Amino acid sequence: MNSFGQRALRHRSFLIGSVLVGMLVLTALLSLVWTPYPAGEIDVPNKLQGPSAAHWLGTDSLGRDMVSMLIVGARYSIAVGVIAVGIGITAGVALGLLAAARRGWVEELVMRGADFTLAFPALLTAIMLTAIYGPGLVTSIVAIGIFNIPEFARITRASASAIWTREYVLAAQASGKGPWHITFEHVLPNIAAVLIVQATIRFAIAILAEAALSYLGLGTQPPMPSWGRMLNEGQAMMYQTVWLAVWPGLAIVFSVLGLNLMGDGLRDLLDPRLARQR
Amino acid sequence: MLVFAALGVLPGNAAEVRLGESATPEAIQELSRRLGLDRPAPERYAQWVAGMLRGDFGLSVAYDTPVAELIAERLVVTAPLALLAMAMTTVLALGFGLYAASRHNRLGDVGVMALSQIGIAVPNFWFAILLILLFAVQLHWFSAGGFPGWDDGFWPALKALILPAVSLAVVQAAILARFTRSAVLDVMREDFVRTARAKGLSERAVLWRHVLRNAFVPVLTVMGLQFANLVTGTIVVENVFSLPGLGRLVFQAISNRDVLLVQGIVMMLAAIVIVINFVVDVLYAVIDPRLKVHAA
Repeated sequence: MNSFGQRALRHRSFLIGSVLVGMLVLTALLSLVWTPYPAGEIDVPNKLQGPSAAHWLGTDSLGRDMVSMLIVGARYSIAVGVIAVGIGITAGVALGLLAAARRGWVEELVMRGADFTLAFPALLTAIMLTAIYGPGLVTSIVAIGIFNIPEFARITRASASAIWTREYVLAAQASGKGPWHITFEHVLPNIAAVLIVQATIRFAIAILAEAALSYLGLGTQPPMPSWGRMLNEGQAMMYQTVWLAVWPGLAIVFSVLGLNLMGDGLRDLLDPRLARQR
Repeated sequence: MLVFAALGVLPGNAAEVRLGESATPEAIQELSRRLGLDRPAPERYAQWVAGMLRGDFGLSVAYDTPVAELIAERLVVTAPLALLAMAMTTVLALGFGLYAASRHNRLGDVGVMALSQIGIAVPNFWFAILLILLFAVQLHWFSAGGFPGWDDGFWPALKALILPAVSLAVVQAAILARFTRSAVLDVMREDFVRTARAKGLSERAVLWRHVLRNAFVPVLTVMGLQFANLVTGTIVVENVFSLPGLGRLVFQAISNRDVLLVQGIVMMLAAIVIVINFVVDVLYAVIDPRLKVHAA
């Protein structure tokens, strides 16, 4: 573990990524106890102000404080990412492990099911779900989560199948251990690193997808602040002020960049084969 | 076949759920009759598939126009947009990817990789907004949105598609450039590249004639996958630029609860993705004749 820590401190992209992700998480936590102004508080006399001591990043068309909205928006971005990735990881890993353990028609069924679901990108799935159930935070989380399931199922099956051919699994089988015992004792711990890396990357994709859905009005609904919807409102005001369409975008870019860099770093640090090649 | 089946079963249910919440019983009955929802599901499904095979997607409730006609009308915006974006993606990605590979581990390589890492993190709709801010609001070189139609001349219509295509392309190119770079680096380690260099070919000739052609197969695979992203990306970007394409249409269809139209557009987009994957398969054989032998 110590050597992991030392290597992590030397890995530049992992460090930058961790700092950015740490800032995102701290911002979201901060929003639970403090914001400069109550997020979403309307103050029309002070609308469309530029950055100042009172409003660090200015105010929007309804006089709402941009910093407060961005801080609370971080909370929703993280919530969407955690739940959507959680849905994907829970169902996807279970299906992938099942496919690798049982093989045969079970594997075929799971993999063809994954292919089929992947033919419909998250945005199309979300649009279909919205057409049926109406827009909202829950619909968008479910749509992004559903799209994550086949991704995790594929990666889990591929990595787990490789583990199933290892000698120590054969030894466990020879000593009379059943498939579930082997799955939880040998397979899952050995593919955990791959899954952690994938979860980081899918988290970033979930944030991007939620922002796009909210921009289109299909995701987070008012009065909940969301970076995507703030961009939509900022675009409507862009002939009056430029900044409203800039800040939320920067927040998205830094979050996604941080998660991607951290994912790349983790892949290098957790996969000893790749680490040796470096 | 599977795509047809699953989507075919879904939409009937969708219409009932949707209307059950927001319409009067008379409206539900009237619509159900018009859409043929009062008939049993297998019959409805068979009819839908049969209609689809004839190119008949049904009738849009809100527009009272055949869905196929509405889609064809909007496709003249979305298809050129997606193709233009894909062309830009290819040029940018191959250029930057090759450049980075030829400067492996040097400043140029590190710079391109850092740029592409940022490019991947940028949401295409935000990049679109930034382009509008710069080129429409500040510089007045382009309009901030809208589409004049192809009837008013080729150039004004194409001009309206340039910023949307750039915003789609830059993000996709960031991803593709990374793949191009690693594919090119892989090929550069092969023996035949050493042979080509040994027989005295210039570095440029080696890169273009031998490396690129061989690196193109994995790159093409990614391009096929990316086209799917591009097609769904048009949904968002068309809304940013108020372009009257399929992406805008699908939103009007959602707000009108026009389920048959939503379903038709989703089918159309999925079909485009499938066709592109087929084209990619054919292109494999063109680029690498060895794959044709395997297929046969």
